[in-house]
Amino acid sequence: MSTAANPETKPAPPPVETVRIKVDGRDIDVPKMMPDWQGKLQPTTMLQACSLAGAEVPHYCYHPKLPIAGNCRMCLVEFGTPMMGPDRKPVLNPDGSSKIAKSVLPYEPGTPRGAIACATPISPGMEIYPGSTATRQMREAVLESLLINHPLDCPICDQAGECKLQEYSVEHGQATSRFVETKVHKPKQVDLGPRIMLDDERCILCTRCIRFTKDLVGDDALGIVNRGSYNTIASFPGRTFDNNYTLNTVDLCPVGALTSKDFRFQMRVWFMKETKSVCTSCATGCNIVIGSREDRVYRYEPRQNDVVNASWMCDAGRLNYKWIGRDDRLAAVRSSRTGARSWPAVLSEIAQTLRSAPRGSVAVIASARQTNEELYLVRKLATHLGAMTDSVPREGEGDRFLVNEDKNPNTNGARLTGIAFTEMGIQIPKIAQAIRSGQVQTLIVIGEDVTQHGIDSETLAKVSTLIVSDILPNETTRRAHFLLPGCAHAEKRGTFVNGKGRLQRFLKAVEPSGEARPEWEFLKELVEQVVGPTGYTTIEGLFNQMAKDVPAFAGLEWAGIADLGVNLAI
Amino acid sequence: MTFTVPSELEAELNELITHYPQKRSASLMFLHALQEHFGHISKEAVEWTATKLELQPINIWELVTFYPMFRQEPVGRHQIKVCRTLSCALGGSHTLHKHLCSRLGLDSKKHGIQTTQDGKFSVEFVECLASCGTAPVAMCNETFHEAVTQEKADAILSECR
Ligand code: SF4
Ligand code: SF4
Ligand code: FES
Ligand code: FES
Repeated sequence: MSTAANPETKPAPPPVETVRIKVDGRDIDVPKMMPDWQGKLQPTTMLQACSLAGAEVPHYCYHPKLPIAGNCRMCLVEFGTPMMGPDRKPVLNPDGSSKIAKSVLPYEPGTPRGAIACATPISPGMEIYPGSTATRQMREAVLESLLINHPLDCPICDQAGECKLQEYSVEHGQATSRFVETKVHKPKQVDLGPRIMLDDERCILCTRCIRFTKDLVGDDALGIVNRGSYNTIASFPGRTFDNNYTLNTVDLCPVGALTSKDFRFQMRVWFMKETKSVCTSCATGCNIVIGSREDRVYRYEPRQNDVVNASWMCDAGRLNYKWIGRDDRLAAVRSSRTGARSWPAVLSEIAQTLRSAPRGSVAVIASARQTNEELYLVRKLATHLGAMTDSVPREGEGDRFLVNEDKNPNTNGARLTGIAFTEMGIQIPKIAQAIRSGQVQTLIVIGEDVTQHGIDSETLAKVSTLIVSDILPNETTRRAHFLLPGCAHAEKRGTFVNGKGRLQRFLKAVEPSGEARPEWEFLKELVEQVVGPTGYTTIEGLFNQMAKDVPAFAGLEWAGIADLGVNLAI
Repeated sequence: MTFTVPSELEAELNELITHYPQKRSASLMFLHALQEHFGHISKEAVEWTATKLELQPINIWELVTFYPMFRQEPVGRHQIKVCRTLSCALGGSHTLHKHLCSRLGLDSKKHGIQTTQDGKFSVEFVECLASCGTAPVAMCNETFHEAVTQEKADAILSECR
């Protein structure tokens, strides 16, 4: 059979056309075209080529996910191109190599004339000198001019520690200032919007914030007003900068001009631990970094994942972390039957109850905010007990950028592990009915207040055994006979499957409060006591076993999910 | 107070839009026309212009704040512009400006345009008025004055009603 007839065989990708250039004297072949901010192929720029050669070119206004502006000049580099004779043929050196004509000022041929690497395409034979003396002098000059009116108030600036102006000044700048004139003063505390504070004196006018809100969010709200050294970032007087993505401008701002009202002055960034995680506020599953210190979460920041959230996240998701540290967190395990207050005692009491429950007399409602591993364990229990299962749908508003209407982070996981059906919540009325009819005597609730979702308190009062795990107190937890305090995602490890079927994993940033434990730990112990031995003790082992049992995860291993996740074939 | 543009002016501006390949290109012409009619460009005028040209107010506001010739606040009935570019500066424009200001009770050291409390006069520095050979030069409203001495300046003021 010819391979061409086999639809399984993909045609080999066309070879990538490359261009040979030199970066600081080293030959390198780089692709002729590379993706621009929208992912479209465009002629490769000097900045991209240098980056491939391992020579990072400092830059402010350039950002790989924003249209190119070329206004800060920080990326200036010295360069040269092959010299052409009058016959349009390259002029050669005695050794046969191309003679290079360095770019110089036309009226002052002794002075190199740099080009901005972010916006200048490469050409065959080009030589770029990011490490040369001339390039260094250009950087010094640019930094000197950027600092002319800068207040140099790093000690009281919230950006200190993650400020590109600080970093580049140390690496490429001069130690002392020659500027003795009076600096231009600009507004220092501009209330730009409900979540954003602006210090115009620190702004270097790179326009990243303007381009982001205009070209990515579609809210053309910011601009540069006034002229020359009085240039100032502003919104139209009387209008506030308020869309669901404004806080991304804080991440984008290379200096301390734009700060988050929520985070500013809360914690110096160098004290924080960074943990790779995933936002749980909707089914998009934006990749995030949790900034924490001493078991307290201080902020979420987006983590680049080009197939999920690029470099962005929404403001609502970003600020939805305060509940993790709430004072009224459920922190004590308890059985109201025997008064037992230790995990082993309460779990064995539950196991005993479940073992003696007649088949079909148990029902389970497990949240689609729980992890795949947890839902898989719940499924194991439910199958053994012949229990009906479901999750609670959580619909809200979505938009065209990132936000999904589905506010559950793991709807697909709940489906794939067999807890919920395609139409999530369809079983809940049946469960309620079965409770009222007396068929269901035992209800297991993981992470939901079912009194808000189809099982009213009156119905709930009918079950003889109510086993509940949750994080914060609610009507259901108050009525629980067995209460198992669980963990926020930031306090445990696990995986979710986002709305588009991407399996993503998250890691632990902080310790849970009190006696609370990751749900998968105590669910595993329950499964062992009720169903039988499991053969694993870690989340890795649990995941790998789940991948063997759940077809959608077939062939996967915990380690293989890596930081950016994998697409499932669903 | 609601902002209304007289219908003839609006018709004129609508026609103006058709001269340009893109609506936004008419921005400056809009601002000139509105300033001529209203004397200054209010925030409402900016919003009105933005809506007409399918832009956001900040896009127009950038222009208004960029060009000092656009007035963000009402100015005096008589506007005196003193040239301060090189020839005029050498020819005594700063003395002229100071003289005008002190005659009118204004602070010559303040940045930008100064207006008397009664709203009769405004004085400001401008760049080259293209008559460098007859420095210092000034304009009072639309009238051009060359080699303006202090006596000439006093005469200009007294002619204004
Ligand atoms: S506020 Fe920040 S992002 Fe915006 S232009 Fe200024 S420096 Fe750039
Ligand atoms: S879009 Fe969804 S997943 Fe992304 S940050 Fe917002 S709420 Fe979180
Ligand atoms: S990065 Fe700003 S000009 Fe290139
Ligand atoms: S310098 Fe004053 S008119 Fe030219």
